[in-house]
Amino acid sequence: MIHARGLTKTFGPVEAVRGIDLDVSAGEIVGFLGPNGAGKTTTLRMLTTLLRPTSGTATVAGADLFADPAGVRRRIGYVAQGGAFAPFSPVGEELVLQARLYGLTREEARERVTALLAGLDLPGVEERTTVTMSGGQKRRLDIAMGLLHRPELLFLDEPTTGLDPQSRANLWDHVRRLRERDGLTVFLTTHYLEEADALCDRVLIIDHGRIVAGGTPDELKSEHGARTLDDVFLAVTGREPREGAAA
Amino acid sequence: MTALAALTGHYLRASFGNRFSLVFGAIQPFLYLVLFGPLFDRSGVGSWAVLVPGLLVQLGLTSAGMAGFTIVFDQRFGVLERLRVTPVSRVTLLLGRVLRDSVVLLIQAVLIVVAAWALGLRAPLAGVLAALLLITVLSVGMASLSYAAALTMRQELFAPVMSTVVIPLMLLSGALLPMSLAPAWLDVVSRLTPFRYAVEGLRALFAGSYASSALLWGVVVSLVFAIVGVALGTSRFQRENA
Repeated sequence: MIHARGLTKTFGPVEAVRGIDLDVSAGEIVGFLGPNGAGKTTTLRMLTTLLRPTSGTATVAGADLFADPAGVRRRIGYVAQGGAFAPFSPVGEELVLQARLYGLTREEARERVTALLAGLDLPGVEERTTVTMSGGQKRRLDIAMGLLHRPELLFLDEPTTGLDPQSRANLWDHVRRLRERDGLTVFLTTHYLEEADALCDRVLIIDHGRIVAGGTPDELKSEHGARTLDDVFLAVTGREPREGAAA
Repeated sequence: MTALAALTGHYLRASFGNRFSLVFGAIQPFLYLVLFGPLFDRSGVGSWAVLVPGLLVQLGLTSAGMAGFTIVFDQRFGVLERLRVTPVSRVTLLLGRVLRDSVVLLIQAVLIVVAAWALGLRAPLAGVLAALLLITVLSVGMASLSYAAALTMRQELFAPVMSTVVIPLMLLSGALLPMSLAPAWLDVVSRLTPFRYAVEGLRALFAGSYASSALLWGVVVSLVFAIVGVALGTSRFQRENA
């Protein structure tokens, strides 16, 4: 689903990402971890066509990232860390607009929005604005926005940052269900290593712009003789996972 | 095409949902019309048909020129990024907004012309309709450049910078007093701004001089301005994309 070789990104003199090889298979839930400034978000923005890589090659959801970025955009969903809703517009209107940008007719878009919102435990919120919603509801709404066009691959940037443990577990359930029901592939970044442990089939750890460890949570733990992913993280990066993190 | 219609429709609904924003962009030229127009009309410099074309260009600068302000919020709330991960072409993402701004400007321009008519403006209908078309073309360029500026400069700088920049541009266009009155140096500087040609083209239309070189220059400069504006705006939307 994702195949990247030697992806790099430099901003002036700063090498944010220094050559990343990455493979994600269809139906996997992969967690992308790393300390702040390690190159996580830069990598995510490159794979979602928001940032042009300095060098390397990549195929994302079957389309070449360089030759066919529109093809990548058609096939992926992206849920940004800060959400995607202006606080003063009814969410239904924004969702219908977004669906129509992927070529759905107004009627198809309305039906799709109603069905998606129901599936994410948000029935009938179309007329509301995000101001009146809880953090967990907003995150599920962001996910609905990313799924409108039935993407094969969903990118989630810090999906549960700032959520209480209950909302977080609820969101994990939704992500698992999407994979089981629709065969969705999920690539997510997170600061919460227990989230990676509980939700992800496989974990990649990035530090200083390079992938420094990768495998299933259990493989990583036994490889480093660690009890938790936090210990693995500390062993490979020398830092605490939430050091300097915003939330 | 579907995407463009969906975007423009969405933005228009938002604009009409907020009548305040419709009125606000037209307030400056409207004040000039009511509080300065009667003086101008009796000054011996020219009639309403000389002033109103200038006020339409002022409208283009203040209304379409400030259009970029709306994208500042979209950028802050992640709306812009959400649009940029869709397969919609970058020029469509820009034009969806710009067409809304042009429709809004056209409505404001009609209101100003109607109010001016009530105050004493007389001009041939064909000329006025053509002038509305020309100011719409100009507004496409102006709104596009406004978005390009908003996507380029720091968010908090946009409003103060743009509201300052439009003042010399408006004065240099000869919108308030014809540049035929200007000393040579001011006339030269004025000729370096595109709005000078737009104002004179519009005045030619209001005067019914459809075969004048002023009109030809007004049309050519406005078209080039619109094309350059859209190209620059699109390149800012494109920025850093794969």
